[in-house]
Amino acid sequence: MPKVIPDPNEITKPFWDAVNERRLVVQNCTKCDLLQYPPLQNCAKCGSPEGLEWKDVEGKGHITSYIVIEDGRLDRRMPDQPYNLAVVSLDADPGINFYSNLPGVDVDKVPVGAAVRVIFEECGPGQLIHEWELAE
Amino acid sequence: MASANEYSWRRDKDGLGVWEHRGKVAIAGYGHSPIDRRWDGVSMDETLGAYTVLACQKAMDDAGVTKEQVDGIVVCQTTIAGASGGAVSNWAPRPYFDAPYDSEWGLTRINAEWLVKQMGFPNIRFAPDNCPTISEMVGLASQAVGDDRCHTCLMIYPTGNLEGRYRRGGENAEDYASGERQWTVPWGNHGGNDFINIFPHNQYCTKYGGEHDDLFPFVTNQHRNGLMTPWGFNATHDIEQITREDYVSSRFIIRPLRLWDCDRPVNASAAYLFTTADRARDMKQPPVYVLNHSQHSFKPRSTQPTLDEIEEWTDKAAARMYEGAGLQAKDVDIFNPYDGYSTMTQFFLEAFQWHGVKRGDAFSFYAGDITVEGPHPFSSSGGNLGNGRTRSAMYTDSIEQLRGTAGSRQVNVRAETALAAFTTPPSGGWIMLGKYPS
Repeated sequence: MPKVIPDPNEITKPFWDAVNERRLVVQNCTKCDLLQYPPLQNCAKCGSPEGLEWKDVEGKGHITSYIVIEDGRLDRRMPDQPYNLAVVSLDADPGINFYSNLPGVDVDKVPVGAAVRVIFEECGPGQLIHEWELAE
Repeated sequence: MASANEYSWRRDKDGLGVWEHRGKVAIAGYGHSPIDRRWDGVSMDETLGAYTVLACQKAMDDAGVTKEQVDGIVVCQTTIAGASGGAVSNWAPRPYFDAPYDSEWGLTRINAEWLVKQMGFPNIRFAPDNCPTISEMVGLASQAVGDDRCHTCLMIYPTGNLEGRYRRGGENAEDYASGERQWTVPWGNHGGNDFINIFPHNQYCTKYGGEHDDLFPFVTNQHRNGLMTPWGFNATHDIEQITREDYVSSRFIIRPLRLWDCDRPVNASAAYLFTTADRARDMKQPPVYVLNHSQHSFKPRSTQPTLDEIEEWTDKAAARMYEGAGLQAKDVDIFNPYDGYSTMTQFFLEAFQWHGVKRGDAFSFYAGDITVEGPHPFSSSGGNLGNGRTRSAMYTDSIEQLRGTAGSRQVNVRAETALAAFTTPPSGGWIMLGKYPS
C-alpha cells in the first residue's frame, strides 16, 4: 500500500516541489548558518523569516535508530504491518533527521549505523516522497 | 469566561527562583469516579458527566467543603482519546440524549459551564476556558489560588474514552497528511508519546547498555502498586499481577514497545480541591502543601527527538522544579513520574536523580528493591500502568503518602515531600508537594 500522501501548504510547497523534481532540499538560515527540517515559517534559532532560503543537500545519511510498526493506527498503512520505521541523520548535518521505511530491508533486520542514500518513490498521483535505501 | 491563555500563570522558564506562593497553597481534598474500560452508551449514571459530578462531590466531601465555598473551576475540556477524532472521541453522529446529555458536553467532554449548571455552584469567579491537561492544570489551580483569582478551586480531569482505545479513525483514517503530520505520518508515525520516546529509548539501551526487557521489574512493580490502589482499574477489575513470562511474551505494538509497556485506556474522572493554606488548615484533612509547580515546552531540532535532546530537556525540567521548590534531589521522599509508556520513565528518574540515580543507572535501579516496603519505593502510585490511563494516580498517591493514608502502599521511608507529574519529556509540568509548608 502506498504511503499516506503529504498535503503541502504555503510554507512546505517548495520542499515537495523539489521532491517531485527528485531533489532533496532543506531550509537554511543565512543569518544563523543553520539548516532546518522540517521547514518552518521562521528560523528556529533567530525567530526571523528573513534569512531563510532553500538549499539543495546531498542525499546521504546514516541510520541512527529504528522500530517496527506492528500495531499502528494509520488505516492506509495497516496492510504493510509489520514494517520498519527508521530514523536517518543527514550527513551534511547530523542534527537533521528524517523518517524512512528503508525499502528493501527485511523487517527488524535494520543495520543501525549503516550508510543510506535518498531515493524518491510515488505515494500518490503526481506526488513523490523522499525515502532512503542502503547505500551498498 | 476568561481564557487560561490570557493569564500568565505558567512557571516555564529557567531561573525563576523560589515560587512566591510556596507553602501558601494546599490540596485539601480529592475524589475519583469508578474507572471503566469504556462507557456502555446506555447507563446514564456512568457517563463522563455523571462520573465528573461524582468525583467533584467526593473531593468536596473529602475536604469538608460545600458548593457555596467553591469559587474556582479548572477543568480540562479536551478529550483524552486524542485529537484524531472519530467514534473514539465523539458521540456524534449518534443521536444525543435528553438534557444534560444533549451535546458532546457531559458525554465526551466537560467544561465549567456544563459542570456549574449540573452542580449549582453559586459563587464561581474563576473558570477559564482552554485549560491544558492535568500536568499543567495542577499548576494553573495552584497559581490561581496563590494569586487570589479564587480561593477554593476544583481542578477536574475527565478521561473520557468511548471505545477504550485511542487514535482510531478521524485523521488517522485519511489518505492525506497535512500540517506537522506531513513529516511523520507518511512513514508510519501517527504521533504520540510512544513515538517521541521509543527511538531515544533504543538509543539509551545502546549508549548505556541493557535491553528493552530490562524494563520488566519496573512494569511489574507498577502493576503491584496498582493492585494496592483501591480505586484503580486493576484493583477494581480483578486484574492479575503480570509475570515475566506474561511480559516477554506479550505482543509488540511498535517493537520493542510491548503491550504491557502501554497503559490501559479507561473512562473515568478525578477532581482535586486546591485552596489557601490558611483555609486548608481549618478543613477536614491535613493540608498537603504545594511547594512549587513548573512547566516546560521544548522543541526538537528536527523530525524525531533524540536521546541527547530528551536528556537536556528533562535536566532543565528538574532544575526548574528544584529551584522553585527550594529543594534538592536528596529532599524528595516520594517520586511519582509519568509512566504512560514505560520507555520514558527512566529519563525522568535520572534527570531528577531521585535516590542518587544518575544517567544510565535506571535499569540497574529497577532491578533492585523498588517496592513500597523497601528503601527505594519508586513510583508508589503504580502510575498509569498499574491503574489505567487516568493520569491522576501520581497525584493522588502523593497526597495519600503525605497524609499517611496510602494503606498497603504507605512507604516505610520518610514521606514529607512528593514530586508528581503527568508529562512527556518535551512538554508538560511537575508539582512538588509537602507535608509541611516549608
